[in-house]
Amino acid sequence: MRLINRVPSRPVGLMLGALPFVAIILAYVAGSEIRLAANPADKLLPALDTIRETAARLFTETDKRSGDILLWQDTFASLRRLFLGVGISALLSLSIGMAIGLLPYARKGLTGFVAVLSMVPPLALLPILFIVFGLGEVSKVVLIVIGITPFMTRDLSQRVLDIPVEQIVKAQTLGASSFVIALRVALPQVLPRLISAVRLSLGSAWLFLIAAEAVAADVGLGYRIFLVRRYLAMDIILTYVIWITLLAFVIDWVLKRISERAFPWMGAGL
Amino acid sequence: MSFVTVRDVWQSYDGRPILERVNLDVDEGEFVSIVGASGCGKSTFLRLLLAQEQPTRGAIRIDGGHRAREPGRERGVVFQRYSVFPHMTVRDNIVAGEAFDTHWGRFRGAKLTAARERADAILDRIGLSHVAQNYPATLSGGMQQRLAIGQALAARPRILLLDEPFGALDPGTRIQMHDFLTELRAETPMTVFMVTHDLGEGFKLGDRVLVFDKPRWDPQDPAAFGATITYDFDARQGGIPFQGLLDKYPSLRAAE
Ligand SMILES: Nc1ncnc2c1ncn2[C@@H]1O[C@H](COP(=O)(O)OP(=O)(O)OP(=O)(O)O)[C@@H](O)[C@H]1O
Ligand SMILES: [Mg+2]
Repeated sequence: MRLINRVPSRPVGLMLGALPFVAIILAYVAGSEIRLAANPADKLLPALDTIRETAARLFTETDKRSGDILLWQDTFASLRRLFLGVGISALLSLSIGMAIGLLPYARKGLTGFVAVLSMVPPLALLPILFIVFGLGEVSKVVLIVIGITPFMTRDLSQRVLDIPVEQIVKAQTLGASSFVIALRVALPQVLPRLISAVRLSLGSAWLFLIAAEAVAADVGLGYRIFLVRRYLAMDIILTYVIWITLLAFVIDWVLKRISERAFPWMGAGL
Repeated sequence: MSFVTVRDVWQSYDGRPILERVNLDVDEGEFVSIVGASGCGKSTFLRLLLAQEQPTRGAIRIDGGHRAREPGRERGVVFQRYSVFPHMTVRDNIVAGEAFDTHWGRFRGAKLTAARERADAILDRIGLSHVAQNYPATLSGGMQQRLAIGQALAARPRILLLDEPFGALDPGTRIQMHDFLTELRAETPMTVFMVTHDLGEGFKLGDRVLVFDKPRWDPQDPAAFGATITYDFDARQGGIPFQGLLDKYPSLRAAE
């Protein structure tokens, strides 16, 4: 039988899915034990137990100076920046993308501009943003917006252009104005795509957020990681990394559920 | 004057003529079938009738009105595919036939209730009331085309354009759709243009059958000339005209 036609049974499939995770954990434990056996004070690969203890401490113990739990503060600060940035990008790219997709004038005027804009490496703009917007929240949010809006705009305008021309013509024969076509034909059909564009962009959004926080911030997940790096506090860094991964995973899962619930007409198309 | 007048219409793309010198007069209520070889410009002609495109030369008028510059409510259309809105339920698709003409494109309150009742009546008529709450993707091809026709009719167009509406259906469903369309026309007379690849279908449904073909042909350059209407058959009475002539004019019988 050909390899492309061999399908694992369900239990085997689950095992295969877990395999890479188990492998990486085993590799880590082995490496950590070897290093700790040679030097019990080694900080590079802390034992799993150490990480667990550190994590428990980070999630529950308050900071002596401020009286707050730093990890939660970092989480709230970062999520706020992330949601603001991604939300603004979503609104911007939705409106620009719909305009490009529906209006020939906007298409002629903006397509080239957006294409060039998406080539600008956003991180190279970070110093400019700090100079223009200062070191506060604005520059971090703007970095995310600049970083992901061009991609999302191109994605959404393409999705509008993909709507069969028959549908647009049909709507016109029913008397729909440009506005009604945008509102009742195009918008409902790009909203699912908006959610998937957001899901695709979240990875980059996190990247830009952490980069901006690493350079200049006084609170935030990225800020903390780069702060404790000076003390080689691998247990804290690893806890934060796992925590960020978990947050990203949960956000992605929620978005996926939302689009399944909100767009039943898509069927299996999601 | 005839209801739909097509006067000396030419259409070319990139300087290549597709249609040339098309002239046509159609009376209100006539059913016109259009046949012709693939790629000869039947859909192009329909797009011109729909005002989705402007002819390079010539004019198309409905009821002596202005040349239309874009599609509008007086010309309804059903394409072979993609004619209904996938994100609306079957019933909302019908309601859209009325609601899209409003400022926000939707009805609220009492108007919505009334529009839904009218939509339900149409759904009853086209035999889709049992799937009123479904999305089009769950419907069979024949049901989707029936929905598309119902939706187009909900907007009460003056002419209805059909581009191979039953092309993707199996022969059995196709015959059902023929009966459906014939019944609809018996109830509400309308002017219909239908492109088809099925000659039998064209003669069965149409009052006239137009054949598009190239009258001039350059063997060195097959794309040099466009197509036009080369035959205009009277398709009433099974495609054999004048067979009822004597019944209609009994006085002629005396001369026999
Ligand atoms: N927008 C366009 N730009 C350039 N060429 C076009 C355009 N639309 C149609 N054509 C060309 O015009 C010719 C006629 O096309 P049309 O779709 O009208 O044919 P048709 O008779 O409907 O064919 P079929 O039976 O296959 O549907 C084709 O050669 C096509 O390539
Ligand atoms: Mg065609």
